Amino acid sequence: MELYELTLHELQERLARREVTSEEIVKSIFTRINRVEDKVKSFITLIEESALQRARVIDNGGIYPGIAGIPLGLKDIFCTRGVKTTCGSKILENFVPAYESTASGRLDQQQGVLVGKLNMDEFAMGSSTENSAFFATRNPWDLTRVPGGSSGGSAAAVAADEVPFALGTDTGGSIRQPASYCGVVGMKPTYGRVSRWGVIAFASSLDQVGVFSKDVRDNALVMNIIAGHDPLDSTSAAIEVPDYTSNLDGDVRGLRIAFPKEYFGPGIDAAITKSIKKALQKYEELGAIVEEVSLPHSQYALPAYYLVAPAEASANLARFDGVRYGYRDFEAENVVSMFSRTRAQGFGDEVKRRIMLGTYALSSGYYDAYYLKALKVRRLIANDFAKVFHDFDLIVSPTTPTIAFKLGEQSGDPLTIYMNDILTVPVNMAGLPGMSIPCGFEQGMPIGMQLIGKAFDEATLYKAAYAFEQNTDYHTMKPDLGVK
Amino acid sequence: MSKDFEIVIGLEVHAELKTQTKIFCSCSTAFGAEPNTQTCPVCAGFPGMLPVLNEKVVELAIKTGLALHSEIPEVCKFDRKNYFYPDSPKAYQISQFDLPVCVGGFVDIDVNGQKKRVGITRAHMEEDAGKLVHQGDITTTPFSLVDLNRCGVPLLEIVSEPDMRSAQEARAYMEKLRSMLLFAGVSDCKMQEGSLRCDANVSIRPIGQKEFGTRTEIKNLNSFRALERAIEYEANRQKEALEDGEEIIQETRTWDEEKQLTRSMRSKEEAHDYRYFPEPDLPPLKISSEWVEKIRGQMPEMPDQAQIRLVEEYGLPEYDAGLLTLTPENLIFFDQCLKEYPDAKTVSNWMMGELGRLLNQNNLEIGECNIKPIDLVQMLKAIEDGSISGKMAKAVFEEMFASGKSPALIIKEKGLVQISDEGTLVPVIEDIVKANPRVVEDYKNGKDKALGFFIGQIMKSTRGQANPALVNKLLKECLDKQ
Repeated sequence: MELYELTLHELQERLARREVTSEEIVKSIFTRINRVEDKVKSFITLIEESALQRARVIDNGGIYPGIAGIPLGLKDIFCTRGVKTTCGSKILENFVPAYESTASGRLDQQQGVLVGKLNMDEFAMGSSTENSAFFATRNPWDLTRVPGGSSGGSAAAVAADEVPFALGTDTGGSIRQPASYCGVVGMKPTYGRVSRWGVIAFASSLDQVGVFSKDVRDNALVMNIIAGHDPLDSTSAAIEVPDYTSNLDGDVRGLRIAFPKEYFGPGIDAAITKSIKKALQKYEELGAIVEEVSLPHSQYALPAYYLVAPAEASANLARFDGVRYGYRDFEAENVVSMFSRTRAQGFGDEVKRRIMLGTYALSSGYYDAYYLKALKVRRLIANDFAKVFHDFDLIVSPTTPTIAFKLGEQSGDPLTIYMNDILTVPVNMAGLPGMSIPCGFEQGMPIGMQLIGKAFDEATLYKAAYAFEQNTDYHTMKPDLGVK
Repeated sequence: MSKDFEIVIGLEVHAELKTQTKIFCSCSTAFGAEPNTQTCPVCAGFPGMLPVLNEKVVELAIKTGLALHSEIPEVCKFDRKNYFYPDSPKAYQISQFDLPVCVGGFVDIDVNGQKKRVGITRAHMEEDAGKLVHQGDITTTPFSLVDLNRCGVPLLEIVSEPDMRSAQEARAYMEKLRSMLLFAGVSDCKMQEGSLRCDANVSIRPIGQKEFGTRTEIKNLNSFRALERAIEYEANRQKEALEDGEEIIQETRTWDEEKQLTRSMRSKEEAHDYRYFPEPDLPPLKISSEWVEKIRGQMPEMPDQAQIRLVEEYGLPEYDAGLLTLTPENLIFFDQCLKEYPDAKTVSNWMMGELGRLLNQNNLEIGECNIKPIDLVQMLKAIEDGSISGKMAKAVFEEMFASGKSPALIIKEKGLVQISDEGTLVPVIEDIVKANPRVVEDYKNGKDKALGFFIGQIMKSTRGQANPALVNKLLKECLDKQ
C-alpha cells in the first residue's frame, strides 16, 4: 500500500506510531497527484511548496494530535488566506483573500495540511463540474464521464487518492451527488451545523459545508472538527456537537428506517433501485426495521428550489461588479456599462441564467407568485419530513437517478441536468442532514445510497452508514487510473 | 399656498444611531477619518463575508421607538434591498421591509401655539452606504473614488404619516423629532455631518378633497431651512402646474441649494425595483418584552415631559419651555442655573435672549460656548445685589461669551462696578442740575424729556456705572428742591 492510498485514520495511526512523517505523506500525495492529475484534473490550484513546508514544521513539533500532518483539499469556494480562491469563475480568477473561512480555519488550526484548491462548477451552480470557467474534471472511474458537481473536484480527488479527504459545499446536492458518482462518502450536515463564514455564497438559506472521505470513520473525524457554532455566522446553530466517532459500533438493531416510495419511482434507473433495495435488505438482516413511507411534496422540491436558490444567488452574486476586487472591464465608458460589461464577461452562461431566473422571481409583481409560493412549498416539504421522523430514525433513498453521465452529454439541456438533483434537493429545502455512501456498481460506475436524518442528528447517519460499510466492501473499491 | 389648495407632507428621516461600531461588523463609526481606514471585508462586501447584528443598534432602535410611543413587535426581520451603485459594496442594502422594529407612534408639534399630533408609520434599522468622491461635478468627472468608511454605519429610518399641512409644520416636526432623538441619546443629529437626513414626500390637493394628490419625493434636504424652502417651492411648482392644466408626475426630485429649486432626478418608470426579500444571513430578530421593559425603565426625561415640568414647576410660559427643551444641553444648562438662582423666568429670558443671540451669531451650540451655568448665575446675582446694572450686564455677558472670563473678573478688570453710594452720586447730580437751569424749567413745566436728559448726563459722567434706580430717586429729590 502506498501512503496516498490510506484513509485518514490509517494515516493517523501511522503518524502516532512514528512510522511515517507528515512530509513523507505529503510527498506521497504529490507523487500521486503528479501521476494522475492530468487525467482527472481535480485541482485549480496546487501549493506543493507551502504544503511541504507546513509538513516539516509539524514534523519538527513531533506530535500528531487529531489531523495534524494530514493532507487535505478544499473546494475552491472556501476563502483561504493568501491562497487564490476563484469559485470556479473568471470573475474571481485572481482573487486572493486576506481571510480564512471558519471551516478551513478549523482544519488549519488542527494542523491539517492544505495541498490545493479543488475544481467546481462556477459559483457552485451545476451538477457536472463542466461549468467551471477553467476546465472540466473527469470521473476517476471512467475519464469520459463527469464526476458530478458542483463539488466535482473534491469528490474526484478523494476517489483518485489525490487527497485522503476534502471539504465541499452542498446547496441542492453538490456533495452527495458527486460523492455518489465517484464512489466516496459525502456528508452534508444539517443547515447551521457548520459555519458558512468565508464560504462564497450561492444560496445562503441552503448552502452547507460538508466532507468527502474514503470511509465513514474519516468523515466523522473531520466533521468533529468543523461542526459547531460560529459567532461570525448568525445562522450557525448554538447546539452542542457530539463526538461523531463515539457510536460507530455497527449496531443498527431496532433502528427504524423509512424509504419514501416517491424516491423509487419512474426516472430512477432500475439498477439503482435494485441496489438500494438490496441495501435495505442488508439493514433488515442487521436488525433494523424497514418500512415504506410517503413524502408527497418532494415532487415540488425541484421547481421550488429553482426559485429560492436563484433568487438568493441573484443578490449574492450582485457584489461582483468590478469595483473593489476581481475581474473588471476597463473599456467601459461609464459606471453602468462597467457593471454590465464586467458581469457579461466575468460570468459563465449557467451563472447568468440563474441570476436572470432569480431576478425575475423577485421582481415586483412576481414575488408573491414565485418566491413566496416557493417558500410555502418549502414549508410543506419540511412538514413531510417531520411527519416521517415522528416514527422513524432515518430515511434511505438513492442519491441520484442515474450513474455518472458522459462529459458533454447533458451540457446542452439545463432541465435534464437539473434532474440530477431531484433526490437531494428536498433535503436542502428542509435543512436536514444528508449523506451518500457507496452501495453498488452499474457498468463499472459507483452507485450511491442517500441517508437522510433528523435535524442535528448526523450521529445516527454516521452510525447507520458505518454499519452498512462494515458489512459491505464497496468503499474499499478503487478506480483503475492505469498508473501505479 | 393659496387658500384653494392644501399641502400634504410626509417625511422620511434617516437618523444615524450613536454606536461605537457599525451595524454588522466591528469597524469604527467615527466621523471624518481618512478614506477607507474604517473598513473590513464584511462592510466592504467581500466574498463569503456574513453580517452579525450589533446588539447596541437594536437597543437604540427600541429606545427611539419608546420615545416615539411606537409598538415594538416581538419579532422583526431584515430584508435585502437590491440595487447597483458603486457606493453599495454588496449591491444590496440590508434593511427592514415588512416587519420593522418600531410600528406606529406619534410626535406632538407646536406651530405658533397651535398643537398638532403627527403620526409615525414605522421606524426600521438599516445600514448606510459609502460615499463617492468625484473630481468636480458628477456629470463631468473622469473617475470617481469610493470611500467605504460610512458603509455599514447604523441608521434608523423614521417614516411619518402624511399628516403635515405646511412647510412650517414639517420643520416643527423635524425639530421636535431631533430634540426627541437627542434627549433619548440615540443620535448626534448633526445635519451637516449627515447624521440626520430627511426626504420629503409632497403633494397638494384642493381643500376639501379626501384623496391625496400625486406626490413627489424631494431629496438632498440638508438643513431645516432647506426643508422649509424646498417644500414651499415644490408646493408652488405643483400648484402652478395644476393651474396650467398639467399633471403632476410621480417622481424623485432633488433640492438644488444654490438655485433654490427642486429638479427632477428620476421618474416612476425609472424608479428602482428593489426586489426586497428576507435576508437569509440573519435569522428573524426576537425582542423580548423583558428587554423592552428594561430599556423603558432607563429612558431619560423626554422633551414633552420636560416642558410640562418647566411650566408646572417654574411657571414658565409654554413658549419658553418649548425653546428650553430643544436640546438636552439647553435643559441641563437651565436646570443647573436654577439650582443656584431660583428665578426661572429671568434665567429663561437671558438664555433665550442674549445667550441665544450670541450663539446664533457665532453658529455655536450651548455646550460649545464659553458661558457655563455658574457664570450666568454669578452675573444675575451681581445684577440682583446692585453691583452692576442690567445694561452693564449685557456688556459683561458679551465679554464672558468672548473670553470665558468670570463675570466678577470682568467687572473688576473693566472697573465696571456700579456706583450705589449716595455720597458719590449726590454731588455729581447737583452739579449737572445746577449747570442746566433751562432744563430744570422744562421739567417743572412737565416736559418728560427733561428727566431723560439729566439721567443721560449723569450716566455719561459716571461712565454708565451709576445705579440707575438710585440715580432716579436722587435726581427727583434734587429737582424737587430747586
